[in-house]
Amino acid sequence: MTKKPFTRVSMHTALSVSVLLASGAFAATANAEKFGFGTTPTAEEIAAINIDVMPDGRGYPSGSGTVAQGKEIYTQQCASCHGDDMQSVKGTGADALIGGRGSIGTEKTKKTVESYWPYASTLFDYIKRAMPFTAPGSLTNDEIYAVSAYILHKGNIIDADATMNAETMSKVEMPNKDGFIPDPRPDVFNYR
Amino acid sequence: MTKVDDTGPSYPDLSGFDLPADKLAQIKAMQEAEKRSLMARKAELEECECREGMFPNPIASRRSLFAGAAAAVAAGALPVIARADAPPGAIEFDVPDDSTKVQGRLTNDDGGYGSRSQFEDEVRWRFPTATKESSWTMTPLAAGMGIITPSGLHFERHHGGIPTINPANHTLTVHGMCKTPKKYTMADLKRFPSESRVHFIECSGNGLTEFLKPNLKTVQGTHGLTSTSEWTGVPLSTILAEVGVEPGAAWILAEGADAAVMTRSVPIDKAWSDAMLVYGQNGEAIRPEQGYPLRLLLPGFEGNTHIKWLRRLEISDKPFMTREETSKYTDVVKDGKARQFTFMMEAKSVVTFPSGEMKLPGPGFYEITGIAWSGRGRIKDVEVTTDGGKTWHYASMQGPILPIAHTRFRFPWMWDGNPALIASRCIDETGYMQPTIAQINEVRGVNGSAKYGSIYHLNGIMAWAVAADGTVTNAAHQV
Repeated sequence: MTKKPFTRVSMHTALSVSVLLASGAFAATANAEKFGFGTTPTAEEIAAINIDVMPDGRGYPSGSGTVAQGKEIYTQQCASCHGDDMQSVKGTGADALIGGRGSIGTEKTKKTVESYWPYASTLFDYIKRAMPFTAPGSLTNDEIYAVSAYILHKGNIIDADATMNAETMSKVEMPNKDGFIPDPRPDVFNYR
Repeated sequence: MTKVDDTGPSYPDLSGFDLPADKLAQIKAMQEAEKRSLMARKAELEECECREGMFPNPIASRRSLFAGAAAAVAAGALPVIARADAPPGAIEFDVPDDSTKVQGRLTNDDGGYGSRSQFEDEVRWRFPTATKESSWTMTPLAAGMGIITPSGLHFERHHGGIPTINPANHTLTVHGMCKTPKKYTMADLKRFPSESRVHFIECSGNGLTEFLKPNLKTVQGTHGLTSTSEWTGVPLSTILAEVGVEPGAAWILAEGADAAVMTRSVPIDKAWSDAMLVYGQNGEAIRPEQGYPLRLLLPGFEGNTHIKWLRRLEISDKPFMTREETSKYTDVVKDGKARQFTFMMEAKSVVTFPSGEMKLPGPGFYEITGIAWSGRGRIKDVEVTTDGGKTWHYASMQGPILPIAHTRFRFPWMWDGNPALIASRCIDETGYMQPTIAQINEVRGVNGSAKYGSIYHLNGIMAWAVAADGTVTNAAHQV
């Protein structure tokens, strides 16, 4: 591949054109010169690490799991740290998962999945990427759906007979979904 | 000679505060850990003749105990190296009675990579979390000089331990809302035009123990979650131009290759402006605990967003709402709502000398010094008070004053031997002046009628009390 070396001017041009691209202007006319380093990842390569799940349902994999199945997996994989009652086992560093609903902002604030987490997608996403602590990333998608279902059920968010999959999970409304506001800082004004 | 109190330092009683149990446990654990570390240091001081003075250094004297062993080594014999006795990062060597009468160590006998003096023992201090995989350590700021934090003393926060990554196998994948997704090896990334910039990184939990009242004893405990390095890498804007960001893109997910597969969503305007993909720290490869081989650097943003061991960037139209930007790193304020995406680390300063657990030997001249920094740019002014905030005086600032970097300030002080209350406050180039802790608590409600255990983004003024006998203690909230 032959390329003429970049000059400072041409690089600036490349950058500014791309900035315009990002804002949607001149999208049709831009054909900025690029360094061209790196390779194009295959769809499989991207899929292998593209594990995130978003609140609107984007990213959920296929599969499903029930509350009953989740109870079994929870007992095997989660209870030793999070506790049979989901209140966390002292000394493990694990968070309590349920309880505290309505406590946020009171003197008895207790942050749990039930009381604080605004999106169910975060639960699936986090279990998939980082849990269980001793063997992160080891659960199957079915198992993650199931254990998510069990936690959401114990938190009185879904029914005991619920099945979680890409569709049902993206429809779960969390109790604290409206509990967050944008950063208003600066919030102290001693300006000079 | 002052007798070391066997019971150790005492800490304030928090029972009057109706704190959530987990917050209370966290503060108590930090107190206990600091107490253990202080007691260990004091025990060493007991054994040596160096316990008086501003910068008590037990090592200097303890090392002389090995002089006898050194004498036993015959001339020409290989030096006896007792690594176990050396502080971390140092190697124990025999100390000759007169270093001018014997040849020194052989050139390059260290294998070509130097170590610090065996007489220097400053180390990071770990917060006693339940696991050592998810934990943090704090930079010993009191011993710091200038503005650069030694790479080995840079604070740490890990959520799934420190991964060991072979850079030959590490790749960064950029995909999502872009025209040409790319996968970069480290060699690819190093071909792009590079930049080096000096920036601080501060954990937004820095100072979490001091919201309610003075708590930890040393500046390492109260402020040690900030460090400054020179970082080298590729501007993220270069990479975004390469992949061709599509219209409507607003956020980028950054993901690490650690066991936590740490993720944060980054606003795309930050990515275009001054974000960097860094592989260098202070002139060499970035340290493993800082993200080797590749870290996202977001100057001025809270430390958690500077994703280490970076393996993936996904461009999207919406934030991803990961655990670390919903259930953690959010600030519940007094209306019961939680502030989210509180990225900016606002202007902050702290006096590092004199600071907690030091002792001034007597009246006379001292140079008060410390650091100031702001995520919004350069520090414009630093002011120092020695009378508890009645009068403030401009401190001199060490140039060049770099944007979004620790700035060293100094203030000459003649101590008359009377109790003094010392503090600093800074103003950044936006005109924002560092507030008092009380002002922050008043706005956010942390210390008002409701106490929700918000633990992030405390940038209030820190004070140190100097007693008539020269001892220096935490006086947070007194200025």
